[in-house]
Amino acid sequence: MAEAVANKMQGPQGPKPKRIISGRNIVLYGFLIVAALYWLLPLYVMVVTSLKGLPEVRMGNIFSPPMEITFEPWVKAWDSACTGLYCEGLKVGFWNSIKILIPSTVISIIIASVNGYALSFWRFKGSEIFFTILLFGAFIPYQVMLYPLVIILRELGLFSSLGGVVLVHTIFGMPILTLLFRNYFAGVPDELFKAARVDGAGFWRIFFQIMLPMSLPIFVVAIILQVTGIWNDFLFGIIYAGTTNFPMTVQLNNIVNSTQGVKEYNVNMAATLLTGALPLIVYFVSGKLFVRGIAAGAVKG
Amino acid sequence: MSSVAISDLSLSFGSVEVLKSLNLEVDEGEFIVLLGPSGCGKSTLLNCIAGLLDVTAGQIFINGNNVTWDEPKDRGIGMVFQSYALYPQMSVEKNLSFGLKVAGLPKAEVQERVSKAAEILQIEPLLKRKPAALSGGQRQRVAIGRALVRDVNVFLFDEPLSNLDAKLRTDLRVELKRLHQRLGNTMIYVTHDQIEALTLADRIAIMKDGLIQQLDTPAGIYNNPTNRFVAGFIGSPGMNFISGTLEDDAGQWFFAAPDLRIPLNDYAFTGNPTAGQQVEIGIRPEHVVLNDVSEAGFVTLQVEADIVEPMGADTVLWTKLAGNNLTIRTDSESTVKSGDSLSASFNPARASIFAQDGSRV
Repeated sequence: MAEAVANKMQGPQGPKPKRIISGRNIVLYGFLIVAALYWLLPLYVMVVTSLKGLPEVRMGNIFSPPMEITFEPWVKAWDSACTGLYCEGLKVGFWNSIKILIPSTVISIIIASVNGYALSFWRFKGSEIFFTILLFGAFIPYQVMLYPLVIILRELGLFSSLGGVVLVHTIFGMPILTLLFRNYFAGVPDELFKAARVDGAGFWRIFFQIMLPMSLPIFVVAIILQVTGIWNDFLFGIIYAGTTNFPMTVQLNNIVNSTQGVKEYNVNMAATLLTGALPLIVYFVSGKLFVRGIAAGAVKG
Repeated sequence: MSSVAISDLSLSFGSVEVLKSLNLEVDEGEFIVLLGPSGCGKSTLLNCIAGLLDVTAGQIFINGNNVTWDEPKDRGIGMVFQSYALYPQMSVEKNLSFGLKVAGLPKAEVQERVSKAAEILQIEPLLKRKPAALSGGQRQRVAIGRALVRDVNVFLFDEPLSNLDAKLRTDLRVELKRLHQRLGNTMIYVTHDQIEALTLADRIAIMKDGLIQQLDTPAGIYNNPTNRFVAGFIGSPGMNFISGTLEDDAGQWFFAAPDLRIPLNDYAFTGNPTAGQQVEIGIRPEHVVLNDVSEAGFVTLQVEADIVEPMGADTVLWTKLAGNNLTIRTDSESTVKSGDSLSASFNPARASIFAQDGSRV
């Protein structure tokens, strides 16, 4: 005992010191840095190339920064690049994409949130089977449904129209979004719902006044999923939208893959960056909210 | 007129029968506690009364009206939940007034009822806060307030104190009793905590397997359990059970077990005892006193102390009586040590005797 007290000031005490430069850290950070560079390199090449004039591009030094910065390719990509027959640039496609994106996102999220809420709280006979069928829909490859959908839209008179492509996006968003909302609402304590019923609130009042205010995070997740998914869509746009309504992705393809004339790499790069800008911005702005929403869905609220 | 009446109520989930043709009548202003182990159907019964579950068969009457098919809001009930179930995005005030606004009451009356409930429950300073900023006890007060503002005759409580720590539970228990005395409403209270049941109830309904085993006052339940299950369920430490047979010795009944013979002169038989019948005698630990008691009716036996558990207010002795376990509750200043040989006395008139099928003899 006395010996232990005498040794009090010697030996380890307090927090264990951590070495900043250790073999483990070098390997860890080294790997992370290399991985980040590897993924960022294409973006760097694209940005640099899009800021060069054509003569400079032809010199072939794709990694060198531009000697003379020019925004000409960006203006051309937006305003006057040829997308097939017309030479009005990407701006047409941008506005088409917006026109497809907003109604598709809003309608699909409204329907899916009500679906998820009803499937969690207002169980009806066969609701589990209904949900299983809906989920099964998420695993059927799109290709199987392309042609039947063409016929359905034709019969509805919606083929080659904005309405048609919006309908298709809404339908295909339904399984995953319903699953998302159902699982979120399943985490809401059942007693909260019971208390609201004792208080006399009905289906819609419970949804709007009690469930909606507490489900903001999951709405953010749903919006991000839908915005990026619909914006990046190529297949449905080219099949169902019709030539005058081609979304940005389709027009980008037309610019980049045109086989006539000079390959304007700088314009192609600028057009690609413009098309990818929206999802990129969405991720940067909402990254934190996104993670929080996913976590909120997983852990009981 | 009874305030709540349940007749032949059954409820099944698929093939699982949760409630089996259950009958219960609750008087106006009565405090009824539904007590039982988990899975006995007590919460299910409460949810049926509230209208949150559809019944499979039977009827429910509240204030003389058949409410079997009515929506929860039309039944004249208020309900308090274990998890408080406060609306997280609303302030306390909005939580209290939500149901009234749904019912379309005029603003002035909503205001009046909310402030009255807040005054009764002493939550006025909390009215502007969100539930997340309240402690557990405060949340449960608000939840009670939400039932209070509805101005109903029947309050339903679904294990309202189970999420609170021990001290708060005791405090709120007393407050609930005071509230009941002040308001005089009918209250139906579900719990698995027997102390809550014994302290709060006018009558306790002990449930098991979807049936009410016994419906009686706390004293009746405690002293005259109607069957083996009720006897074993109520009381902590639990009742001592010793197996043996009944013997009839010239009109004098005895309980007999190896090395043990207890005369049952003063025991009030409720059934028809038969000689040689296999029975269990149940003796409450607190009915046994140490030392010789020469008072009439008492029987003195020799026991050996095995384990001594001081509990603060009293001491529990785990002893051996002729090869059987016998717990004895004695006062905290007991100096008994493990291995001591003791005389223990009890009055068989206070014991309970159960036949093999569990019914009281």
